[in-house]
Parts: sequence; C-alpha cells; structure tokens
Amino acid sequence: MVQLTLPKNSRIVTGKTWPKPEGATNLRQFDIYRWNPDDGQNPRVDTYFVDLDDCGPMILDALIYIKNRIDPTLAFRRSCREGICGSCAMNIDGINTLACLYTMDEVKKPVVRIYPLPHMAVVKDLIPDLNHFYAQHASIMPWLETRSPTPQKEWKQSIEDRKKLDGLYECVMCASCSTSCPSYWWNSDRYLGPAALLHAYRWIIDSRDEATGERLDNLEDPFRLYRCHTIMNCTKTCPKGLNPAKAISKIKHMMVERRL
Amino acid sequence: MASPTPRERPLSPHLQIYRPQMTAISSILTRISGNALIVGAFLLVWWLMAAATSESYFAFADGVITSWFGDLVMTLSLWAVWYHYLAGLRHLYFDAGKGMDIETAERLGWACVIGSVVLTAVTLLII
Repeated sequence: MVQLTLPKNSRIVTGKTWPKPEGATNLRQFDIYRWNPDDGQNPRVDTYFVDLDDCGPMILDALIYIKNRIDPTLAFRRSCREGICGSCAMNIDGINTLACLYTMDEVKKPVVRIYPLPHMAVVKDLIPDLNHFYAQHASIMPWLETRSPTPQKEWKQSIEDRKKLDGLYECVMCASCSTSCPSYWWNSDRYLGPAALLHAYRWIIDSRDEATGERLDNLEDPFRLYRCHTIMNCTKTCPKGLNPAKAISKIKHMMVERRL
Repeated sequence: MASPTPRERPLSPHLQIYRPQMTAISSILTRISGNALIVGAFLLVWWLMAAATSESYFAFADGVITSWFGDLVMTLSLWAVWYHYLAGLRHLYFDAGKGMDIETAERLGWACVIGSVVLTAVTLLII
C-alpha cells in the first residue's frame, strides 16, 4: 500500500560528525545512513570526511577508506569492485547505482549522500534485506525449461536468436531498478518488479526454452506484471545500462498477441 | 547476560531521498490530473443540476463557479484535461512498444507538460 512517510522506527535522526583526517587538505564530505540492530536507536545519518589525495576515485573507494581509516563499524556489501557482482548497489546522490562504478566526480553536489536501496528492510547500515527480491526472481523460473529429449551435446541456438538475449543476460541482480520503482515501493508484496520481470522476459524469448506459455500464464495477473505503469525509473537508474521497462513492455505485448 | 530484544528492521527512506525523475513526475501528473478532473466534473454536474433546480439556486451555483476561485478551478481543470489527454497519447505510444528509451521518454514527457500549458492558453484565448 502507498505510505508516503516512514514508519516511526525508521525516521532518521541526527547522527554524529566524525573527525577529519589529520593533515588532509583535499576533503570531501560524505553523509551516510547508519542503523545498528543492536543499540535500540533509530537510523541516523553520520558525517565523514574523506581525504581525496589518499583515496581512489570511486564511491566504493571512499566507503573502504572510511571503513579502514575512520569507522570500522560501517557496514556495506562489496565484492568484485568492477560492476559484475552487483553487491554494492545503494542510493548515491539520490539515485540507485553501484558504488564501484560511480565516481565521486559524478556527484555534482559538494556533499555525497549515501543511503541503502530505497524502501527495503535494513539489516544494518547500507545493507538491505534482499530475501524477498531473490524469492521473486526464483518465482519466474530463471532456468531453461525444456520438454524435448536432451540433445547429445548442447542446446543449439542461431546467431540471430542469441542476439535477442543481448541487453537482458547482462543483468547482475543488484536490485537498483526494482528499488527505484514507486510501484515496487508500494506493492512489492505482489508486484514482481523490473529486475524479476526482465529475467522473466530473458527466458520467454530464449529460442531454446519450451515453457513460454507457462511463463506467460504465471505473469497474467493484475499485480505480478501489470503494476508496471511505465514510470521508467528502472531504466533510468540501471548501472548496467539495461532497459527493464522495455522488457516489461514486450511481455505485455506477448500477452496481447497470444490472444489474437 | 540476556541478549537485547531484536529490533524490528527499519524501512529505508524512499520518496524522501530519491531524486525526482522526469519520467516519474510526468507519470504521477497523469494520475493527479485524472483524479483532479473528477472534482471538476462534479462541479460541472452540480452547475447543470442547479440550473434544473431553481433560478435562485442557479444564481448561487453560477456565482461560485464564475468567481475568481471558480475560474481558477476551471482553468486548472482545463489544463488537467489537456495534460491527461496528451499523457494518454504518450501511453498509447508506449503501449505500442515505441519510445521506450530514456531520451525519447523524457522528451515526450516534456512535450506533455509544455504542450498542455500551451493548449490551455490557446483554449482560453479562443473561449
């Protein structure tokens, strides 16, 4: 349901300002969302100062700088540092993206503001609970479904059919798109959201897949698919430059076409 | 030592922190203009019903609707009609699977906003 304000336990209070690194002259201010499950307090926003002369160019570099040099209690997910694992998705300067692919220079405001992915249950600091998001992905059967006898070697596909998967298979499931979508904010319990639907389409148009009808049946639902109102925050924010909105639109098209 | 009672996880901020997006704003305006038009439509029906009720009641309703406030509501309703109409056309275009890239979608969004204001002004000049 639509709830424009935050529940009482989620309201953000003023946090603390951490000391500036000694002797640094080239500082950048970072305001970062903090929540500790163990201290019984509401979430807060802490202020840190990063020495740009002693830090890499990406937002993730700054987070690691803060964790190593200023405040080891800051919690965030990261792994590959090159946009392929999808772990470090967060809200940076008002949009969802991967901290490892976003440079500090891209933030035009003097202060860099970092929050966890929007409208998610927070596990700690910048770490959202993605269990429901993954369950939705699993619900679209993200694998090749076949009925024909398994071939001796691989399931073959023409070059043209393989090309249909471009712009879809690259998704790393970072959840930036789904958590940017107002429709997903209000109805994530029943609406699958852009990421899961992009994956659904990836299997629907796979020439080797033999469960297209069943896949479309699964999505034929006022909420699961049709809560997409073409708001397009998903496409705008995707750190991999993919277009979930278009994929969803294509599924809607196939729904109509199979009735004609 | 007893462990502290586990706290309910907070909800991360959403509308409060998300940067406004052109495509999202043009989308919510479609809804707002559509819903606001219900009020405008009721006002018009009330005006017509007043005309069918009695002369004095019509004079009262007519007074309300042609007051400066009534004019404001009707002008905004006129804008809402145009906006909702243009946004509807944009959605038809989207439904045909076209214009689904960010650049085109944003350009169409601006076209709806600017177009609705221009068409409102033109309509006001004509009537």
